[in-house]
Amino acid sequence: MATRDIVFIALFAALMAALGLFPPLMIPGLGIPITAQSMGPMLIGGILGARRGFLSMLLFLALVAIGMPLLSGGRGGLAAFVGPWSGFIYGWALAALVIGFLIERVWSRLDFVRAFGISVLGGIGIIYGVGVPWYSAMSGMGLVEAFTGSMIAFIPGDLIKAGIAAAVIVAVKRAYPLITPQLSRSRA
Amino acid sequence: MIGGLYRPGDSPIHRMKPGAKLLALLLFAIGMLAFSSPLIAGAGLALASLAYPIGGLSWRIAFAQIRPLLLVLIVLLAVQTWLVSFEAGLLLFLRFAALILAAGLVTLTTKTGDLVETLERGLSPFARFGVDTAKVSLAISLAIRFMPVIAAVFSDIREAQAARGRDRSAIALAVPLIVRLLKMGDEIAEAIDARS
Repeated sequence: MATRDIVFIALFAALMAALGLFPPLMIPGLGIPITAQSMGPMLIGGILGARRGFLSMLLFLALVAIGMPLLSGGRGGLAAFVGPWSGFIYGWALAALVIGFLIERVWSRLDFVRAFGISVLGGIGIIYGVGVPWYSAMSGMGLVEAFTGSMIAFIPGDLIKAGIAAAVIVAVKRAYPLITPQLSRSRA
Repeated sequence: MIGGLYRPGDSPIHRMKPGAKLLALLLFAIGMLAFSSPLIAGAGLALASLAYPIGGLSWRIAFAQIRPLLLVLIVLLAVQTWLVSFEAGLLLFLRFAALILAAGLVTLTTKTGDLVETLERGLSPFARFGVDTAKVSLAISLAIRFMPVIAAVFSDIREAQAARGRDRSAIALAVPLIVRLLKMGDEIAEAIDARS
């Protein structure tokens, strides 16, 4: 792995930490917090691609595990990995990988609609796909109950985040593309 | 620079090897998940709580570990009591409180630097699979170094966009921030390669 890749992996792990510093936005009337940090996996996968994006997210989680208070709300340490909600942060790493993989596949044809679809699939589908079963296993609650009980309320906020992430991914691709389109070239 | 959660001290727990603490935490977690009895979970919670004074940490610090998750735990207890039984709810409440306290204790009593070292040592057997620990170290130290840099670049960009009346738009802030960080990353990578 080239020095350049290491630098980008570190840079985006640090960006993930920076996203945790934003105070959560409250949905008026519902009291549900929207954190900027869960947009991180979409941005990291969509800008760095699968391999670097996944490693960047692992690096971020390693920094949290060794005791840096980088999760939104200043949480951190090993305690963040053993709670009932911890499945979501494990989901982040997988989401960055899947989003990166899919973005690489459509790179030459990437537009807002595709970027949004991939962000929704990875940033919502995968993250909930890991987080909900984890919560369900940890709490003994049924899968459907666990989802409808509380988590469904976060979906509107997640859709907004996927929209912002998709717009940023497309704009950054135009301004400073990092993914080399080797996979799409073989198709053309 | 963002400080870690480490609390300096010279207790027996502070003096334990980081690897030993992580192993103990792992065994504790396996034990807590293996037994489904509120009594054993309660004993685990008592054990984890009693370790705080041994580590020279006050009850207030111990409670501060649980507090961010207390609401979630209470909801979990209530929902379980409603759906299953009070006993099942109590088991989960005690189990998670014990796990969070124990994990917090390792974090509070181990220097970040020591954990980084342990992480690198733990990765060294994977060298044959292409994991380069020197590169992992470089990535860790770069990431820690980049955090204040990103904050500085962000406040620059917010000022510039505020002058255009665009500082309320997430996209107008994120795109120039990321493009600038990527340019900076390329320059830093060239500088590192030029030196080595």
